[in-house]
Amino acid sequence: MLLSVVKVLGHAFFVMAVGLLFMGIGRRFSARFHRRYGPPVWQSYIDVIKCFSRKSISHHWIMDMGSVMGLAGLVAAAMFLPVGRYLPFQSTGPIIVILYLMPIGYLGMAMGVSASGNPLASIGIGRALTLMLGYEVPFATIVLCMIAAFNSTSLVALGQAQQAGFLSWNIITMPFGFVAGIIALQAMLAEKPFDTMIAPSEIASGPMVELSGKFLGLAFLQHSVGIFIETGLIVTLFLGGGPGIGLFILKQFLVYMLSLAINAIFARYRVEQATKFLWFTAGGLAFIQLVINMYLRSGTI
Amino acid sequence: MLKVSREEILDGKFERVLNFFRSRSLWMLYYCTGCGAVELPPTMTSRFDMERFGIGPMATPRQADILLVTGYVSVKTLKRIVRSYEQMPEPKWVVGFGSCPVNGGIYWKSYATINQLDRYIPVDLSLNGCMPRPQAVIDGFVNLMEMIKKGEAVGYKKYRLNYEWYKRNQAEVLERTEPVLRPGIASVAKAQETKKKISIVEGVK
Repeated sequence: MLLSVVKVLGHAFFVMAVGLLFMGIGRRFSARFHRRYGPPVWQSYIDVIKCFSRKSISHHWIMDMGSVMGLAGLVAAAMFLPVGRYLPFQSTGPIIVILYLMPIGYLGMAMGVSASGNPLASIGIGRALTLMLGYEVPFATIVLCMIAAFNSTSLVALGQAQQAGFLSWNIITMPFGFVAGIIALQAMLAEKPFDTMIAPSEIASGPMVELSGKFLGLAFLQHSVGIFIETGLIVTLFLGGGPGIGLFILKQFLVYMLSLAINAIFARYRVEQATKFLWFTAGGLAFIQLVINMYLRSGTI
Repeated sequence: MLKVSREEILDGKFERVLNFFRSRSLWMLYYCTGCGAVELPPTMTSRFDMERFGIGPMATPRQADILLVTGYVSVKTLKRIVRSYEQMPEPKWVVGFGSCPVNGGIYWKSYATINQLDRYIPVDLSLNGCMPRPQAVIDGFVNLMEMIKKGEAVGYKKYRLNYEWYKRNQAEVLERTEPVLRPGIASVAKAQETKKKISIVEGVK
């Protein structure tokens, strides 16, 4: 009993630490795109510690609850994601549960932030939830593709099915699905073509507008856990998971760098353009993949 | 006038550890009142790259550690600056940017600007020059980081301890009701004339 509690807590801290490290390296990576040097790679840790060391202003008790709920939802989702083959407790890595738990992050943020009563925060949250409506369509279709191909919703089984070698990875067998997945990932991470919810020069950083001190620190941690889960899902679904933890994290890192590279060269969509693009282009690609998978499986459509 | 004793502002041991992290990650809110908006982008972007020191721009007062007041401060602006400053959570620091927040600069005789920003909100660091080059800005920020690490940048504690003094100074400027320009001969004559007219009208009645 005690051991499992320690395991779960340890896993949560491990996930946050890896996410923050990715953020730090990512800031340096984006800086090289601008021909700058950028901050040291441990800058994100310093930022989080500083945020927690400041005084913070709470507007309502719902704001406290919402911030904690957002982080907790994502940490709970991270517990079901197999890192390599490691899971903090015995489960099959059910992808449906992860898809259910991931929106809790956004919903918690929405609750906490709209309790502050700032109109810019409400606009930001409205955009974030609209965007969530957008990327859920291609992502759910991808999950359907996986179910059609492997007859399973377990991430552990999906990872094992791709262990035969490089050619058995789903990026080779399902290229359309992978492109749709990368587009959906970009929206989940709120990186550049889809960063309408943050938009610092337009709505003063949207949901974060009233967050001070500890709340901002929690938002940072939430984003770091989000990075870990979302890149982890892409790695498990398309890039063969990984037999070991190290290889898994390396693949996650490469996916995150790809996402930041796309972030560095694109401009921002408006929210309705983003949703349209996600539904029709990314959703269409995922749907083509679904049709192909169904055909391959049964011989007829 | 100002009361700052050593015991009141000295930090505990734990605070000193946290001060290291605070000094390495400074987020700033820049209040560009006119000048200075040209010097900041090169300081932030690839030519001078302020982010090397962990200094970055932030969108709102709630998120920011430093309030950067660039250029002259007019009376109307001062109201907004005080408001932004009081919205920031502690610990917070103020950097006066350019000559005008120090002594009024070329506007020191103006009726619409204030001369010393330090009388209204506590300024931790002043960057001299009109305007300071990006090198000077970065040099100043490195100095501020050293001050924060040693626990010497205590402007926000000064503000808390001397709240009445600062509020009185602010009220002197912000709640001023009499005209700022002294009535000249022309306006005095005009006033007398109108008075005469009124008396004439009343006499007719």
